[in-house]
Amino acid sequence: MSLATTMRSANPRHPADAAPASAAAIADRQRASVDQQQRRRLLALLLLIGLLGVLAGLVTGSQGFAPRDFWAELQGDQAALIIGQIRAPRTLGAALVGSLLGLGGALSQGLFRNPLADPYLLGSAAGAGLAVVLVLAGTALGGVALSLATAVWLERVGLVAAAFVGALGGVLLTLTLAQGAVQTLRLLLAGVVVAVLLGAVSDLVTVVSPDALRGKQAFMLGSTSFLGWPSLALMGGGLVVLLALSLRHARALDALTLGDDSAASLGLNLPRVRLLLVVLLAAATALAVSQAGLVAFVGLVAPHLVRRHAPGAHGWLLGASAAMGAVLLVVADVLSRALIPPQELPVGVVTAVLGGVYLFVLLKRRGLS
Amino acid sequence: MNPGRLARCWLTLCCTLAALSLLPATAAVSADAKAAAAPALVFKDDRGTELHFATPPQRIVSLLPSLTESICALGGCKRLVGVDRWSNWPAEVNALPRLGGLDDALIEAIVKLRPQVVLASTSSRALDRLEVLGVPVLRLKSESHADVRRTLLLLAQLLGTPERGPQAWAEIERELAGAAARVPPALRGLRVYFELGGGPYAAGTSSFIGETLTRLGMANIVPAALGPFPKLNPEFVLRAQPAIIMGAAKEADAMGGRSGWSALVALQQKKRCGFAPERYEALIRPGPRLGEAASVLADCLQQLGEAK
Repeated sequence: MSLATTMRSANPRHPADAAPASAAAIADRQRASVDQQQRRRLLALLLLIGLLGVLAGLVTGSQGFAPRDFWAELQGDQAALIIGQIRAPRTLGAALVGSLLGLGGALSQGLFRNPLADPYLLGSAAGAGLAVVLVLAGTALGGVALSLATAVWLERVGLVAAAFVGALGGVLLTLTLAQGAVQTLRLLLAGVVVAVLLGAVSDLVTVVSPDALRGKQAFMLGSTSFLGWPSLALMGGGLVVLLALSLRHARALDALTLGDDSAASLGLNLPRVRLLLVVLLAAATALAVSQAGLVAFVGLVAPHLVRRHAPGAHGWLLGASAAMGAVLLVVADVLSRALIPPQELPVGVVTAVLGGVYLFVLLKRRGLS
Repeated sequence: MNPGRLARCWLTLCCTLAALSLLPATAAVSADAKAAAAPALVFKDDRGTELHFATPPQRIVSLLPSLTESICALGGCKRLVGVDRWSNWPAEVNALPRLGGLDDALIEAIVKLRPQVVLASTSSRALDRLEVLGVPVLRLKSESHADVRRTLLLLAQLLGTPERGPQAWAEIERELAGAAARVPPALRGLRVYFELGGGPYAAGTSSFIGETLTRLGMANIVPAALGPFPKLNPEFVLRAQPAIIMGAAKEADAMGGRSGWSALVALQQKKRCGFAPERYEALIRPGPRLGEAASVLADCLQQLGEAK
């Protein structure tokens, strides 16, 4: 609370000691209204595409994009099952996973002041991957190298819970290695080390139990196929809490953009704020990853898209990135189902291709200009 | 807006949604209870889950090639309504809808087929999701000869033709014995290296391929202690100097090119069996074609014996 009040009087865009020159004030106001317009336009556009995406998701089934068959399907006796229990939750679930990753990406990029940062940076992806591989290997080795009781217990724990715990565990390991969140660079390095280490351990496990490879690959590629209403409730609840908490610390992220020294001079308790942001980032990522696997690129691209089309302070960026992530993943999910029916592409592959092409074009344009 | 109030609104909404999602599940449970009241077929799968059927299921989905083969071998091919992407034997299953693999099964397509049971192995998230959606999943492990026998007996009961299970197994036993009899006496007891493509992984003594080799009277360079399919150091094979090398045709041809492997006596003397893809598939699937696989191995051993 005290942090928020301190920050309110220190908005980086309006230094308190700036002279109230009338021309500058007018220009400032004009720019603010242009910004406002851009944001409103982006929000409206996101809402429109998002709604269209969800509708398209509802009519895209195992026959591909088939709006004409939808009416017949709605009247069929399997409508509640096919549309209510499969298509609706996976479409809305894609939106929730996307928004969690978008939020995570915005938090990560703000925290590290680095446009290359993504939600998987601090060892959460590697941790979740290792946990998934361990469970898969455990069930495969049941009765051979492990007792059957252990294997059954592992099955009960399930891949979702394991991935969640693994993601949080990976970040915890990173934090331990970096001795808290005092130094950003140390944190980043620790994240890289932990990712490499846990990745190697999970590769080792797949050597012992090659059966786990299949499941591991499915997890690495990401999928919305397995989302049901209970997972949606979990992610929805999580998103609301995490977004609310993140927005309360948006001003701290704004202050961090000025650099550590300036942020500290504004009265920020940097290690504490950073630790809190890391925890929020880890929770958002773990929640998304455990339900849908490692969906690539959404977390990286969503904040970029927002900043490019409607820049603003973190109070705007965090929420807008979440919305952007949601729209991106809904569209990617529909594409993954509609491109080669009745087969499906892993949604992570679609997002990686879309995101990669986008960044490619962006870099090329900037390089030319 | 006040984030606290917003959060409460959301939570209420989410709880309602969750409650709604549970409704069909409870309905399904009561339907199960009714089915259980009638004289029912009860099956316990390899995970310990009990499945109840009032009548033998007529609409079956198989997500594992060996299970597809087992169903067809037991005369239930007509009841299959969909198979996974790898199932290709017997040829008539190629006309069935393809439903992805174990880990990326097409949930919606499977549910649409209204299967009365889905046959699969071990764990995958797709299977959990199918169970939540009310589709019964029978999980059957098939890793050894004993597994194949147990699976055949269980599936025969599931199909409502329990007498065919022992028949099918007896047929396999007959083929195994026939193949064993054909192995040239001079080759008996020689040590074999059986390679599985890619890795290279070896089929150890404890694998079902190893079991078949043992039935044929052959020894294996990979002891049971190394597990069913260990990934070996090429050095190990070189030191072990197997008398006969077996593997997929394209791998077997390339083996001589591996660094140092030209020193393998078996390769120098062309004591190797390269299996064509369709024969190789019969070899690597722990299903009703175990007997056929044994006879494929016996064919090769006979040829090697004649060449001598």
